Amino acid sequence: MDVATPLFRMEAVSKRYGGVRALEEAELTVHAGRVHAVLGENGAGKSTLIKVMAGVVAPDKGRMTLEGREVVFPDPASAIAAGVVCIFQELSLIPDLSVADNIVISNPPKRFGLIDRRAQRRIAEQALARAGGEDIHPLAPVKDLPLSRRQIVEIAKALARDPRILILDEATSALTAADVTRVFAVLKRLRSEGLALLYISHRMHEIAELADECTVFRNGRNVATYLAGSKTDNEVVEMMIGREYSHVFPPKSPAKLSDKPPVLEVRKLSWGHRLRDISLTARAGEVVGLGGLDGQGQRELLLALFGVLMGVSGEILIDGKPTQVKSPRVAKSRKIGMALIPEDRKTEGLMLPMAVKANLSFAAMDRLCHWGVIDREAERKAVEDMIRLLAIRTDGLDVPVGSLSGGNQQKVVIAKWLMVSPRIILLNDPTRGIDVGTKQEIYQLLRKLAESGAAIIFYSTDYDELIGCCNRVLVLYDGTVKRTLVEDEITERALVASALNIATDQGEAGISPAANA
Amino acid sequence: MKDWRYRLAEQRGTLLALAIFLFMFVVYVSKHPAGFTANVVQTAANKGVLLALVAMGQTMVVLSAGIDLSAGMIFIFTNCLGSYIIAGSTPMALLGVVGVLLAGLVCGALNGLIVIYGRLQPIVTTIATGSIYYGVALWLRPQPGNSDNFNSDIADFMTGRLPGGIPVSLVALFVVVLVVWLPFRRSAIGRAVYATGSSEVAAYMSGVPIARAKFWAYTLSGLLSAIGGLYLTFITYSGDASFASGGTYTLYSIAAVVLGGVSLFGGVGSAVGAIFGALAFRTIGDLLFVFDLDPLWQPLFQGVVLLLAVCVGAARLFQIRNRLDLFA
Amino acid sequence: MTIRLPAPLRRVDPAVATAFACIVLLLLLGSLYSREFLSPAYLLQQLKVASFLGVIATGMMVVILLGQIDLSVPWVVAVGGMMACAATAHGLWGTILAIPFGLLCGIVLGLVNGFGVAYLRIPSMIITLAVNAVAQGLMVAYTGGFSPQDSASHAMRFIATGDIVFGLPNALIVWALLGAGTVFMFTRTSFGRAIYAIGNRERAAYLSGINTQRVVMIAFAISGGLSAFAGELLAGYASKAAQAMGDAYLLPSIAAVVLGGTSILGGRGSYIGTIAGVILITLLQSILSVMQMEEFGRQVIYGFVIIGMLLLYGRERRLR
Repeated sequence: MDVATPLFRMEAVSKRYGGVRALEEAELTVHAGRVHAVLGENGAGKSTLIKVMAGVVAPDKGRMTLEGREVVFPDPASAIAAGVVCIFQELSLIPDLSVADNIVISNPPKRFGLIDRRAQRRIAEQALARAGGEDIHPLAPVKDLPLSRRQIVEIAKALARDPRILILDEATSALTAADVTRVFAVLKRLRSEGLALLYISHRMHEIAELADECTVFRNGRNVATYLAGSKTDNEVVEMMIGREYSHVFPPKSPAKLSDKPPVLEVRKLSWGHRLRDISLTARAGEVVGLGGLDGQGQRELLLALFGVLMGVSGEILIDGKPTQVKSPRVAKSRKIGMALIPEDRKTEGLMLPMAVKANLSFAAMDRLCHWGVIDREAERKAVEDMIRLLAIRTDGLDVPVGSLSGGNQQKVVIAKWLMVSPRIILLNDPTRGIDVGTKQEIYQLLRKLAESGAAIIFYSTDYDELIGCCNRVLVLYDGTVKRTLVEDEITERALVASALNIATDQGEAGISPAANA
Repeated sequence: MKDWRYRLAEQRGTLLALAIFLFMFVVYVSKHPAGFTANVVQTAANKGVLLALVAMGQTMVVLSAGIDLSAGMIFIFTNCLGSYIIAGSTPMALLGVVGVLLAGLVCGALNGLIVIYGRLQPIVTTIATGSIYYGVALWLRPQPGNSDNFNSDIADFMTGRLPGGIPVSLVALFVVVLVVWLPFRRSAIGRAVYATGSSEVAAYMSGVPIARAKFWAYTLSGLLSAIGGLYLTFITYSGDASFASGGTYTLYSIAAVVLGGVSLFGGVGSAVGAIFGALAFRTIGDLLFVFDLDPLWQPLFQGVVLLLAVCVGAARLFQIRNRLDLFA
Repeated sequence: MTIRLPAPLRRVDPAVATAFACIVLLLLLGSLYSREFLSPAYLLQQLKVASFLGVIATGMMVVILLGQIDLSVPWVVAVGGMMACAATAHGLWGTILAIPFGLLCGIVLGLVNGFGVAYLRIPSMIITLAVNAVAQGLMVAYTGGFSPQDSASHAMRFIATGDIVFGLPNALIVWALLGAGTVFMFTRTSFGRAIYAIGNRERAAYLSGINTQRVVMIAFAISGGLSAFAGELLAGYASKAAQAMGDAYLLPSIAAVVLGGTSILGGRGSYIGTIAGVILITLLQSILSVMQMEEFGRQVIYGFVIIGMLLLYGRERRLR
């Protein structure tokens, strides 16, 4: 095929949700054998763009052509049949079916009208091998696999469909660095095989490593398309947010923290084989980071502190006094004053269909009640204060929180916990999937909270955040604290090296994708 | 290779149900005054098969993460219909059998269409359609009875014994498993039902034909309940539009499905498990009889055993060490 | 130009509005058949009958809002009626304590349901089914399978059949008080908020520091207590309890809650809708029986009306 003829074109596609314009006259051209990166803030229209391409959402107007012929995808099945295959950010695997069942789900091989299990097994094994998942058993139920393995299965499933265009939506967000390297090798091979890849990611260094060309989206429009490498990161970020992109992280407080008494002290905390002998202290005004590869026990540590896990051994001291934290209810009590901003705001942080007001005041309900009866005046005032403090954009207090943008939803989750005036704030990757603007606001807020005397424990998968926000970082590896980095020691090189559990002097090269950025 | 371990894990619920049933049945037979005779087995089989068939139907829908609260009413309706049209010469009566099965298919399909295209919740939809099916049954049979030329030959054969003492009803149940369940389990549509039940959103994203899957789940459920209704006609020679009986079969079919290791949340389980669940549940009721207790205590005994049986499912809680897993 | 409706009207759920419109439509249809349908006496009588269903539906709604269901209604109703009547037979103290005793029995059964759902994590559909079977077993064993001979206490009869102010039936007043209390609970208390929150996302509610398991257990206890209370009212109405007295209330109570716009998946719905659903179902049953429709026709029409109404407004959103 002629290189000049685009494999896929999208012309003047628009899509509205109610009054919200998700896509406005969007254009996109994809060539075979190239990796095309799509960038943009959350809400810029990237996910709608993908959903239109994959047949999940029907566009209001516009047309799409595949090899010059117009195509219409009324449902995902027809997009898949045409060779447009998407790996969604929210995993589309079916938890109760086996890996092999999932890989062939849209078109199982048949014999005499029934599913041919032997052929299915063969297809699954081949696809897994192509996706770099030879270690995954084809008969294992998907629900038993860890997140990073599921993502590999997801890629294998896409490959089993013989795609011509492969769309990856934040496909690496759940992967460990080692997995990312493997997946990238697979993707590069696919590119050389002549597939077109559409790659959506928030991680600039991944795009730099992989993409041939990039398109930036803003407010539902494509604002620029350029060859990869022809713009600096700063220029790209400016195009994404449409304004000057000045210092990302607020300055850390210069005050000396080490002489303040610890608010939270943990001694030899263990939980099964997932957490082993973890000790840490957090002082008032301190931001303590948790680093390391994803899934090394950071999430479990936060849950253990918050009283969610059973059978935790070790000691937790609050203000120097040994304390039992048996449930989130105890954790948030005045005596302890702990708050947890959970990992997944949609299932753990918010009741999406409920009003903004009810969500905000929910954790602090007992403080707004007399004998179980809500003091509505006090509630309204407290809620309005929070909305003002965090500049939450909402159409009023009674709209469902689900109608807010992702960034504003995350602000509601944080605000809801600020309403209990916590002294110890645990954050579990609070900026995942959040646009650049809101991220900045969250960094500012963290700093402000620390300065007003809160002790903050902050887990992030983004090394830049740990470097920019934390006074101290504990790097976890396989459920133990491998290394503690203080102030100036917190560098990308040190974080990566200790995350991989190797000495700082040797070989960071080639292991971390970040090293290539 | 550890293939067999995965395959075993998949069948765990079914095997557990089988074990429960075997245990109860052994106790039952060993205490039965007549012992393990063909007669005892035949009577037990005929009674058990009724619930087993309705439970199989219920399984289809439950696998798709729905619920069919009209199953018992389809059972009653087809029973009443059968008492009319299984009549006359044997060919005519066989035609009647086909008619009954078709009626079941139509009832099930109607449920499916309303749930899919009406986008209503299965619980309320099937409550309402159940009321309709019961109304029609009552219209057919205001009083229990049968038609004057009811063909009892077929009925006697279907509830009798083969040479060697094997009850025909068990053979029939086996044939149903072979002809309806196994092909379903191995077909693309069956897989689509499991996928839809396990995660409807993921199934949609993966291009699984959700509407078709649900439609067949409900339709086959209607068919299987109708085979149950047919068997009730064979056993009783008559049709009886009993509201209580319909409600009981609906509720017991849910109990049987749960005992059989089928998850009410969808996507996990097997109709074979539900069959053993149903047979076990039936045996509970009969156990009292062989222990020579006052029949007045039977409902309480059955209730307590059911309560204990469902509480056994809570044993997995002992393994939970992350409280968030409670709210999955 | 948009018309500014007064605040309470602006937020009326279309489901609730449709349900009330259907009530008016039913009354008009009925009045074509007979003028009697619009007479205050008939309407009051209907409201009185509706009160029994209303009490049960209130409990059912609390449970449905949690995203659960209570299938133990039939025999918990019977337990309430029978135990209250049985207590009445035990002298003066028995008569005085009849109502609290029946209520207590219902609450205990509800607590068993709630314990199973909240702490043992058994699906509510199955544990309430089992508790229903146990309650039935207990009553059959207790009564010997016959209708019990004990009659209802004076207090029960008075509440169920008497009237105290302006000819308003006491049962209706009881329902009104109960309804007012429920509305207050749903809208003004932290317990009510917790119920809606758990119905939407129990995980999020738990992580917000709510004792979700206790809330669920209490909700089932409320449902059990109200079912038993309705059983006492029904026994008072008929002067005594009967074996299958609760059977006719399970499906209508679910239907009433759902027709009133409460999502069967939990987390969404208002009590005013349940009131509309209860009245609607009662009227429908009454009109069909006044028209001397035979039982089979009533069942069929009943089914079609529920489906028809739900198709009007109870549909879920499309996936795309």
